[in-house]
Amino acid sequence: MSGKIRIIEEKCVGCKLCEKACPFAAIILVDKKAKIDLDKCTLCGACVDVCEKFQAIELILEEKVTTINLDDYQDVWVFAEQKEGIIQSVVFELLGAGKRLAEKRKSKLCAVLLGDEGIKDKASELIYSGADKIYVVSAAELKNYQDEPYARVLTELVKKYKPEIVLPRATAIGRPVIPRAAVELGTGLTADCTGLEIDDETGLLLQTRPAFGGNIMATILCKNHRPQMSTVRHKVMKEPVPDKERSGEIIEIIPKADWLISRTKLLNFVKEIEATVNITEADVIVSGGRGIKGPENFKLIESLAKVLNGAVGSSRACVDAGWIPYSHQVGQTGKTVQPKLYVACGISGAVQHLVGMQSADTIIAINKDPNAPIFEVADYGIVGDLFDVIPELIKAFKESI
Amino acid sequence: MNYFLTEEQQMIKELAAKIAKEKIAPVAAKYDEEEIFPWDIVKIIADADLFGVFIEEQYNGLGGGGFELCLAVEELSKACGGIALCLAATALGTYPIIIGANEEQKKKYLPDIATGKKLAAFALTEPNAGSDASGIQTTAIKDGDYYILNGTKQWITNAGEAETYTVIAMTNKAKGPRGSSAFIVEKGTPGFSFGKKEDKLGIRASATRELIFEDCKIPQENLIGKEGQGFSIAMKTFDKSRPGVAAQALGIAQGAFDYAIKYARERVQFGKSIASFQGMQFKLADMATQIEAARALVYATAKTVDSGEGKFSKDAAMAKMYASDVAMKVTVEAIQVLGGYGYMKEYPVEKMMRDAKITQIYEGTNEIQREIIAKQLIKESASQKA
Amino acid sequence: MNIVVCIKQVPDTTEVKINPETNTLIRDGVESIINPFDTYAIEEAVRIKERLGAGKVTVITMGPPQAEDALKEAIALGVDEAVLLTDRGFAGSDTLATSYTLAMGIKKIADYDIIICGKQAIDGDTAQVGPGIAVHLNLPQITYVRKIEELKEGYIKAERLEEDGYGVIESSLPVLLTVVKEINEPRLPSLKGKMRAKKQEIVKWGVDELGLDKDKIGLKGSPTWVNKIFAPERKKGGKVLQGEPKDMAQEIVKELKKGNLI
Repeated sequence: MSGKIRIIEEKCVGCKLCEKACPFAAIILVDKKAKIDLDKCTLCGACVDVCEKFQAIELILEEKVTTINLDDYQDVWVFAEQKEGIIQSVVFELLGAGKRLAEKRKSKLCAVLLGDEGIKDKASELIYSGADKIYVVSAAELKNYQDEPYARVLTELVKKYKPEIVLPRATAIGRPVIPRAAVELGTGLTADCTGLEIDDETGLLLQTRPAFGGNIMATILCKNHRPQMSTVRHKVMKEPVPDKERSGEIIEIIPKADWLISRTKLLNFVKEIEATVNITEADVIVSGGRGIKGPENFKLIESLAKVLNGAVGSSRACVDAGWIPYSHQVGQTGKTVQPKLYVACGISGAVQHLVGMQSADTIIAINKDPNAPIFEVADYGIVGDLFDVIPELIKAFKESI
Repeated sequence: MNYFLTEEQQMIKELAAKIAKEKIAPVAAKYDEEEIFPWDIVKIIADADLFGVFIEEQYNGLGGGGFELCLAVEELSKACGGIALCLAATALGTYPIIIGANEEQKKKYLPDIATGKKLAAFALTEPNAGSDASGIQTTAIKDGDYYILNGTKQWITNAGEAETYTVIAMTNKAKGPRGSSAFIVEKGTPGFSFGKKEDKLGIRASATRELIFEDCKIPQENLIGKEGQGFSIAMKTFDKSRPGVAAQALGIAQGAFDYAIKYARERVQFGKSIASFQGMQFKLADMATQIEAARALVYATAKTVDSGEGKFSKDAAMAKMYASDVAMKVTVEAIQVLGGYGYMKEYPVEKMMRDAKITQIYEGTNEIQREIIAKQLIKESASQKA
Repeated sequence: MNIVVCIKQVPDTTEVKINPETNTLIRDGVESIINPFDTYAIEEAVRIKERLGAGKVTVITMGPPQAEDALKEAIALGVDEAVLLTDRGFAGSDTLATSYTLAMGIKKIADYDIIICGKQAIDGDTAQVGPGIAVHLNLPQITYVRKIEELKEGYIKAERLEEDGYGVIESSLPVLLTVVKEINEPRLPSLKGKMRAKKQEIVKWGVDELGLDKDKIGLKGSPTWVNKIFAPERKKGGKVLQGEPKDMAQEIVKELKKGNLI
C-alpha cells in the first residue's frame, strides 16, 4: 500500500478541522492554509473525512500488486492455547466469534492445538464448540509454551494449509508468539482486537481495536497479505454451548525436529492466584480508589466483593501507594476488564482508569464529590461517603439475596 | 513573568519541579504529620545533582551560585517547605566553608556535600543568644593542636541528621564579637551530642535539635579562616543564605496560591464558581502580585550576591523580609479562600501556613532584617551630598 | 555486556482527549514523552551496566526528527549512546515495517548481548515490535520480564509475568527482552546527565545508511493499514443518587434486581 496526499490550496479555507482530526499531528496551518508533514502522515484519511464540505484534501492510494493469490487462502483458524494440558476457556469464547466469520466467508472454522502427547484427547472439546477441523501437533518439547517452537510450528502449518484468517487470543502466550509468526510469514498482524467483522463488499476482515490508550478506535485492514491475523481481547464475545453430537476432523501433524528448537527453556512456573478471583475473568468487580484512604480499608471493599461473588480491583493510586498488589490494578497501565458489574468506590474516574473499565455492562460509582468524572460514565452514581454507603449496600444486598 | 533564565538554569528549575511534583508532593502530608526526615528525598535530590548547584565544579559541584540554589529551593518548597530544607539548610551550613575555608578544608568537605553524600548544618543560635548573636557563650579554647568546645547551640536545622556542622564559638571572650571563630565539627566527634528533636508548629519534616558540646576536642585544622573571624564569616554567610530562605518562602507562597486558585475555580456557591466573585478576584490578584514582586526581588538579590560586587546585606535582608512576610500573608489568605476546608488538615494549605511562619523568624527575625535595612539606609543617606 | 534499548516517542495519551462534537482527537498541548514502558527498559539497562561495572548502553528509536528529544532524555538517564533512525521513507510504517527497520538499525550497531524493549507503546498498544525485531535478528525472546534473576556471559534467567503467576525462563545470549512495570522504579534524570545530553551528538541513519529494502519499509512494507478512526462508544452517565446512605443502598439494590444483575 502506498499513496499520495496533498492539500488543494485553492479549496482550503483554513478552518482547521483537518488539523484537529489528525491523530498523528501531521497537519498544521501555515498562513491560513493546511500543510501536511509527510514525515508524520500515515495516509489514514481522517482529514479527508472531515474536509467533506470543502474537499480540499486529495488522497490517492495505489493498490499494491499482490504477489500471492489471495484465493488460495481459506478458512478461519483459532489458536487454541493450553496450559498444563487444559485448553483455556478464552479459546472457546473465540470459537463463537470465529464461527460467525467462517460462516460469512463460507469456509471452515479450524483450531490449532499444540502440546504434548496427551493433548490429542482434548481436541474433541474444540469440535463440540464449533470447530470443523483441528490441527494437532504434539511433542514433548511443546508441552509448555515457548516462543520459538510455538511460532515456528504455527508458521509451518500456515505455510502448508494457507488459512485466510488466524485468530489467537491476546494473552501472555498469544501476544508474544504471534508477532514472531507474522514476521516469519511476512503478513499483517493487528493486536488486541475488540471487534471482528467481515466487510460485505470486499470480504476482508475488519479488525477493530482501541489505540491511544483507548481514547480512539481504529479499524485495520490487511488487504494484500495472508493470512489476516488478529489477537483478540478478552471478554468480547459469548462462549458457545458445547454440542457433544458435533463431529469434525482431527489432523495430526508430526513436527520436524528443527521446528522444535528452543533457545529458551521454562524452568518452573510459580502460581500467584490471589485469594479473590483473577479480575480479568470476574463477572463482578468492586474497586477501591484513593478515597478509601488506607490499605486497611480494602477489607471493606473485599466484604462488598464477597457479598456479590466478585473480585477486588483497584485504581492506580492505591497500587502505587503499596496498598494492594499490581495484579488488581484496573486501568491503562493495569488490566482492562469487562465485567457485568463494576462498582467503583472512592475512585474519581480519571481517564486512565476509565479506559480499563468503561466497557463494563453496568457501572456503579460511589464518591463523595458530586463532580467526580466517574459519574459521567456510571449507570448509577451514589454521592456519599463510601464508609457509610458500602456497609449499607452490603446489608441491602444480603437481605435481598 | 519571564526572568530570562539560561538553559542550564531552566534545567535546574524543571528538574526540581519534577522532583517536587512526582516525589515530594505525594509524601509531604505524611512526613509533616509524623515528623519523618526525608532521607528518600535526600537521595533523589542527590542523584539529580541538585546538592551541587551552588558549589564549584572543582569540588564536584555544578558551578552555579546562590541564584541557581534559589531556583531549586523555590521549586522544592512549592511541594513542601520542610522537605526543601534538607537542601536549603545544607547550603546554609556549607557557606562558611565556601566563604572562609582553605583549599584543604574545601577539598575535604565540599565534594561529599555537593554529591549529597553528607548533609550540613550551621550553628550560631544559643538559648541566650538569638537575635543578639553577640551574646553567644559556647567557647572554643585552644589546647595544643586542638580546640576544646563547650556549650549548647539551639534550634539547629538538620541537627542530628547532618554529618558536617559549621559552628561559631568564642575563642576570646574579652574581644566581644571580634573574639568569635568559625569551626567545622563532624558528627560522631566525642563530646558532640544532640538534644531531642523539637516538636515544631511547621517544617516538621525538617529535624531541629540542640547541639551539645561537652569538652568536645576538634583538631586545629578545623578552624575556618583565622581566630576572630567568626562573626564576619557568619554575616557573609547570611548574605548568601538569606536569598535561599526567601526562595523557600516564595515557593511556599506559590504552592499555596496555586492550590487556592484551583480551588476557587472549582468550588461552586450561589450557582457560580467562587473565582467569579469580584471580592475573590481582588484577593487572588493581590496574592499573585505580591508573590511576583517578592520573586523579582529575590532573583535580583540572588544575582547581586552572586556577583560579589558591592555591599548587599541590605538587599539580602530586604529579600528575606519581604518574601517571608508575603508567604505568611498569602498562606493565611489561602486558608481563607478555602474557607472551612482550609481549616481542615485534610487539605494542604493549613500546613503551608504553619511552614511559612518560620521564614519570618529564622536566619534573622524580620525585625532584625528591618534593623539591618534601616541602618544601611541611614548610612547611605548620610553619605550622600546634601 | 553491551545493551541496546529500543524506545519510542509517543504523545502522552493520558492527556489525549476526544472532541465529542467532531469525534476527533484533541492533541493541543499534549506533550511528547518517552513511552512509559520504555523508561523501565532504559532503567534496567542502566542498572545492569552499573551492576556489572562495564558495558555500553545504546538507545535506538525510529521516528521523525523530533524523536531526538526522547533520545536526549534517555542520555540524561545514563545511556551512553543514541541512534535515531529517521527518514521520510519510514512514514506510515506498521509494526512489521517498524520491526524490520529497527532490526536493521540494531544490526548496524552490531555489538550487543541484550536488546531490551518496553512491553508496548501506549499509542499503538500492540506489543508486536519487540518480538518482530527478535525474528528479524534471529534471536530468542523473553517477554513480560518482571525480574532478571541471573545474568552472566552467554546466559540469562528471568521471571516472566503471566496472568496467573510467573514463569522462570532461561535463555542463551544474545536475547531480546520486553519488560513490564514491576521490574524496577525508573530514576529521574540528573543535572549532569542533562548537561551531557545537551552536548552529545546523536547518530542519525536513514534508508541509505542502513541499506534497506525499500519494499519492506514505510507504507509499502506495511501489510496492515488503518482504514478508519472513530471515537469509541462512550458510556453516558445515568442516574445519580443523593441522600441517606441507607436509602441509596436500598434503591441501588432495587435497580439491580430490576435489571436482573443480581
